[in-house]
Amino acid sequence: MSNATNKAVEIYELEKTYEGGTRALKGIELTIDEGDFFALLGPNGAGKSTTIGILCSLVNKSHGTVRVFGHDLDRDRAWVKSQIGVVPQEFNFNQFEPVEEVVINQGGFYGMTRKAAKKRAHELLKQLGLYEKREGMARALSGGMKRRLMIARALVHSPRMLILDEPTAGVDIELRRGMWDFLTQINRQGTTIILTTHYLEEAEALCRNIAIINEGRIVEHSSMRNLLAKLSQETFVLYAREPVESLPEMPVVGSRLVDEETIEVDLTRGQELTGVFDVLRGHGIVIERMKNKTNRLEELFLRLVQDDEAAKQESTEGRS
Amino acid sequence: MSIRSETEAFDHQGPGERAVGLTARGAWNAFVMLLTREILRFGRIWVQTVLPPMIMTALYFVVFGHLIGPRIGVIDGVPYIQYLVPGLILMSVITQSYANSVSSFFGAKFARHVEELLVSPMPNWLIIIGYVAGGVARGLTVGGAVTLVALLFAELSVYSVLNLFGVALMTSTLFALLGLINGVYATHFDHISIVPTFVLMPLTYLGGVFYSINMLSEFWQQASLYNPVLYIINGFRYAMLGITDVPVWSTYGILAVGILAAYLYALRLFRKGIGLRG
Ligand SMILES: Nc1ncnc2c1ncn2[C@@H]1O[C@H](COP(=O)(O)OP(=O)(O)O)[C@@H](O)[C@H]1O
Ligand SMILES: [Mg+2]
Repeated sequence: MSNATNKAVEIYELEKTYEGGTRALKGIELTIDEGDFFALLGPNGAGKSTTIGILCSLVNKSHGTVRVFGHDLDRDRAWVKSQIGVVPQEFNFNQFEPVEEVVINQGGFYGMTRKAAKKRAHELLKQLGLYEKREGMARALSGGMKRRLMIARALVHSPRMLILDEPTAGVDIELRRGMWDFLTQINRQGTTIILTTHYLEEAEALCRNIAIINEGRIVEHSSMRNLLAKLSQETFVLYAREPVESLPEMPVVGSRLVDEETIEVDLTRGQELTGVFDVLRGHGIVIERMKNKTNRLEELFLRLVQDDEAAKQESTEGRS
Repeated sequence: MSIRSETEAFDHQGPGERAVGLTARGAWNAFVMLLTREILRFGRIWVQTVLPPMIMTALYFVVFGHLIGPRIGVIDGVPYIQYLVPGLILMSVITQSYANSVSSFFGAKFARHVEELLVSPMPNWLIIIGYVAGGVARGLTVGGAVTLVALLFAELSVYSVLNLFGVALMTSTLFALLGLINGVYATHFDHISIVPTFVLMPLTYLGGVFYSINMLSEFWQQASLYNPVLYIINGFRYAMLGITDVPVWSTYGILAVGILAAYLYALRLFRKGIGLRG
């Protein structure tokens, strides 16, 4: 049991430079526990798909070490592949094949007999609401159904880990809920799940742990709960008219004296600045000016939201 | 769980021992699935894959065999129409084996479902063999269909069954491999017809499908000996009619060397992930 471990994924110093020179990953460190429901969140072009691609052997890494369930990817690549099911960002099945064949073939490529693969395919197609469509051409499915077909295909060999790259992009809200429920259920049954997304809402609804990636670097790696606490926090910088000796107790999460005339206070949801001013005034401290201090994380999320808006705009323009 | 064990993947825990992605039985299942998929693919589009070579062969027999043939008379003691049969069958085997792997593999790359294989634990050699088997299946299916057409026009004679199947099988293997290599390199639809049009067709037409090189001038006889397809077609003609312009061992020599070289080359392309992995 030399390489027994409870880590599903360990990534060290992972770098990727594409032909043509784009540095997609600039040294990523990431660990994901077995059984986790993990989100990799980041704006477009951050390096999410590249990371996923390396994990499932569709992209060659340029540098670094990747271990999956304790096995080195370079050393035990075939074994690692057999433990993973992947749902890529873009449709990548043969549109001219019958729906069930897409799933059955994939089972075969993982070493299953046709009989076993067919049985399993039917089970999954039932669970994902595609059973009635199994004999029709994959091309005839709607966008949401195609996405679910790829989920069925990824699960045909009952992998220990399921990786989904932006699984709900282009899927409407109601169907999204259904997919979330399905994923939550298989995670409860023990499958480790990693999903990439650029909706914080999605990560929030599903995931226990999260990493945020931006421009090829991990900028945050924590539990969902910690991240949300950090995000709901706002920091204000207050400038006093006269030097302040010491700060009184205030009804906020945190406060500190940056220099004699500069105070910082951290407010979380439900806390108000008027309470701060009341206390300060009571101690004879007069605030002359103040400003909102933006943090790194917030700026990043602003970008995520902007990306989202841009994407929505594009898709509506594309439709008209 | 039962299904997990059916995937035939297991984890050797001994230190220094490698964990295996597919057992021998799993690899066999994967091969059968890939081959089945390939056969279903060309079967589904038989009007584009099986029918055209049958029609083309019938036309060759009408034009060259019936109309022009009697004026040519006898070659190496065989009526011209009879002389044509082996070359025409093998020409279909060559083009169809090649066409199957180049179009199937390029199509899989283009629509990206080649990724289904790349994420699976199938080793590169097994993916190559699966595609080649698909090409061989189409080459031999069409070869058989064309033989039936030939029966309508000429007598079928078989001089040596073993050589007949030996040469047909090795020829389709070689050209399925070459088609696969073409498919790996191709990045555009045009690229799948360049080699068949500019290389394969001239080599087969000038490779003795329609004539014996003894009918050529000394210079062109010598030049023809540099065309590998000549050896293959003559080997097949030997198997059917017992006549050949070149020694039979040279047919097998060219085929064996060609298969080995093409296989190793294809393996290298897959290892490096040329056109497959970013
Ligand atoms: N095949 C490729 N060749 C060259 N550059 C690529 C390729 N795929 C992605 N990139 C670049 O790498 C960066 C990261 O891309 P990607 O991993 O797809 O980001 P994300 O999935 O987070 O949107 C981007 O700048 C993108 O343009
Ligand atoms: Mg992406």
